[in-house]
Amino acid sequence: MTRTSLSAWRRRAGLGVLTLVALFSLLGPLLVGVDPARQVLADSLRAPGDAYWLGTDVLGRDVLARLAHAARLSLGLALLAAVTAAVPGVLLGIAASWRGGRTERALVMLSDMVLSVPGLLLVLLFAAVAPGRHWAIYVGLSLSLWVEYFRVARAASRPVLAGDAVQASRLLGFGPAYVLRRHLLPALAPVLGTLLAFSAAQAVLALAALGFIGVGLQPPTPELGLMMTEYLPHYEEAPWLIGAPVALLMLLVLGMMLLAGDGEAA
Amino acid sequence: MSSANTVHAVRSPWVGLLLRRGVQIVALALLVGTVCFFMARALPGDMAMRIAAGRYGYDLVNNAAADAVRAELGLDRPLWLALLHWWGEIVRLDLGVSLVSGEPVWHEVAHALGETLRLSVAAAVIAAVLGLPLGIWSGLHAGGWVDRFTMAAAVVLRALPSFLLAVLLMVLVAVQLGALPVAGSHDAGSLVLPALTLGLGLAAGLARVTRAAMREAALSPSYEFARTKGLSDTQALVRHGLRQAAVPVVTYLGIQAVFLVEGALVVETLFAWPGIGHALVHAVFGRDVPVIQGAALCMGLLFVVFNLLVDAACLTLDPRRRMGGSA
Repeated sequence: MTRTSLSAWRRRAGLGVLTLVALFSLLGPLLVGVDPARQVLADSLRAPGDAYWLGTDVLGRDVLARLAHAARLSLGLALLAAVTAAVPGVLLGIAASWRGGRTERALVMLSDMVLSVPGLLLVLLFAAVAPGRHWAIYVGLSLSLWVEYFRVARAASRPVLAGDAVQASRLLGFGPAYVLRRHLLPALAPVLGTLLAFSAAQAVLALAALGFIGVGLQPPTPELGLMMTEYLPHYEEAPWLIGAPVALLMLLVLGMMLLAGDGEAA
Repeated sequence: MSSANTVHAVRSPWVGLLLRRGVQIVALALLVGTVCFFMARALPGDMAMRIAAGRYGYDLVNNAAADAVRAELGLDRPLWLALLHWWGEIVRLDLGVSLVSGEPVWHEVAHALGETLRLSVAAAVIAAVLGLPLGIWSGLHAGGWVDRFTMAAAVVLRALPSFLLAVLLMVLVAVQLGALPVAGSHDAGSLVLPALTLGLGLAAGLARVTRAAMREAALSPSYEFARTKGLSDTQALVRHGLRQAAVPVVTYLGIQAVFLVEGALVVETLFAWPGIGHALVHAVFGRDVPVIQGAALCMGLLFVVFNLLVDAACLTLDPRRRMGGSA
C-alpha cells in the first residue's frame, strides 16, 4: 500500500518538475524578452545580478534567455521524437502479435536490424548527413526510439489479444478498430506512458551529449550541450555559468525519470 | 504450422543465435553503408575532384584527372547503381582511404579499436570490482546499511549522464587536485579518469541488478535446500547462489553494451582518448566519410559481437534455454 502511494508521489513530483520546466520554456523567452543571440561585448562574463539574472557568457549574451530557448528546444524536440517513434512503434508491435507467423517474424527481424546500431551512433550518423540541422537529429532520434515501443507493445498486447474479452468482441463481429480502441489501447496506456517519459529523457540526453561533443546542433543555437561546451573553459573566472545548463538538464531528466517511475525495473 | 514447430524444436539454439546476430551484422553494414553513401553525396563540391585530390594531392589535381576518376568509378551513374556499387565495396571489405590523412581506413580503425578495447576492459574491471561484491553483499543482506548506501549511490550515479560525470571528475580530480592528467593517452595515469567515468556508471547498474538477482537466488527453494542439507553459507553461495544469480547479471551486461559503446563516443572525445569513438567524432568534424563509415561499422560490429558473446554465455550458464524455451 505504501509502495503504490510512494510511486504515485514520485509521478506527481515528476509531473510538477516537468510542468515548471515547460512553463519556463514556453513563457521564459517572452518574459526575458531578449534575443538569445544578442551580444553586448562590454558586458562579457557578468555575474548574476539585476540586469542579467543568470549573468552573461563570454560574448555578453544573456544566459537566462539562452537557457529558456534551450529548454524549449530540448523539450520540444524530445517530445516530438518520442511521439513520432511511439505511433509506428506501437502499431507495428500490435500488428506483429495480432498477425503472428510470417508478419511477426519479418517485423521482429526489422527491429533486430535497427538494434544492430547503438542508438546514439545512429543519431550521430544522421546528424553527420546534414550537420547542424534539426531535422537530421529528429529523424535519427525517432528511428532509434521506435524499436522500444515495438518490443513493449508486442509483448504487452499478446495476453490482451489472447484474453476472453477480445475473443468475445471478435465473436460478436467487432472489427480491428474496435478491438484496438476498446481493448488494446486502454491495456497498453500505462506502460506506454512510462515508455514515453523514458524515451523523451533518452532523447534529451542524446541531444545534449551530441551538442556537448560538437557533432549535434551547431553554434550559435542555444542548446544545453553546446552551452556546456561554451561555458566549461570559463570555469575558473565564472563558475556559476556552467551551473545553469547542467541544472536545467538534470531537472529535465529527473522530471522525466520520476514520471516514468522505476524505469529500469519496467 | 506443425512442421515449422518441429523444425524449430530440432534446431539447436546455437543456430538461431548465430543466425540472428548474422542478420544483424548484414543489417549493420547495410544501414551504415547507406547513410554514409548519402553523407558522401551531401558533401559540397564535386566528388570526382575530391577523390582525385585525395589520390594525386591537392596541387596536382586538374579537370582531366577528375574526369578520369569520374569515368573510372562511374560517378555519373544513376543513384541506385552508385549505391549498389557502394555496397559492393563494403562486401569486398574495401573501406577506401581517409579523405584527410590518405591512410587506408582499415589501418586507422584497427589502431583505434585496440585503444577502445583497452578502455572498455579497464572500465569493465572497475565495474566488476565495485559492482559485483557490493551487489552480492546487498542482496544477501537486504535492508542493511551497505545495501541502502549502495542503492542510493547507484541511483545518483545512474541518473548522472556520462558526460556530466566526466566533467565532474575532470574538474574535481584533474583540475582541483592536479592528481591526474586531464586528457590524452601517453601519460601513465591517463587511463584512470576515462575508465573511471565509464566504470562508475556501469558499476551502478551492475550493483542494482546483481542485488536483485542475488536476493532472488537466496530466496529460491534450491538455495534453501542447499542450506537445509547442511552446506555452509559460503558453500551454498558458491555452488548454488552465484550460478543462479549469474544469468540475469550476464543478460544485463548485454544491455549494457549500448552504454559502453555510447559512453565510448562521449568519454573518448572528452578525454581525447584515441579510440574508435574519438576517431568517429573527428571524422565527422573533418567530414571524412570513409573514416566515418569504417569507425561506425567497427563500433557496430564490436556491439554485435559483444551481444553474441553474452548470448553464448547465457546459453552455457542456463540449461533451461538450451531445452528450447526462447528467452
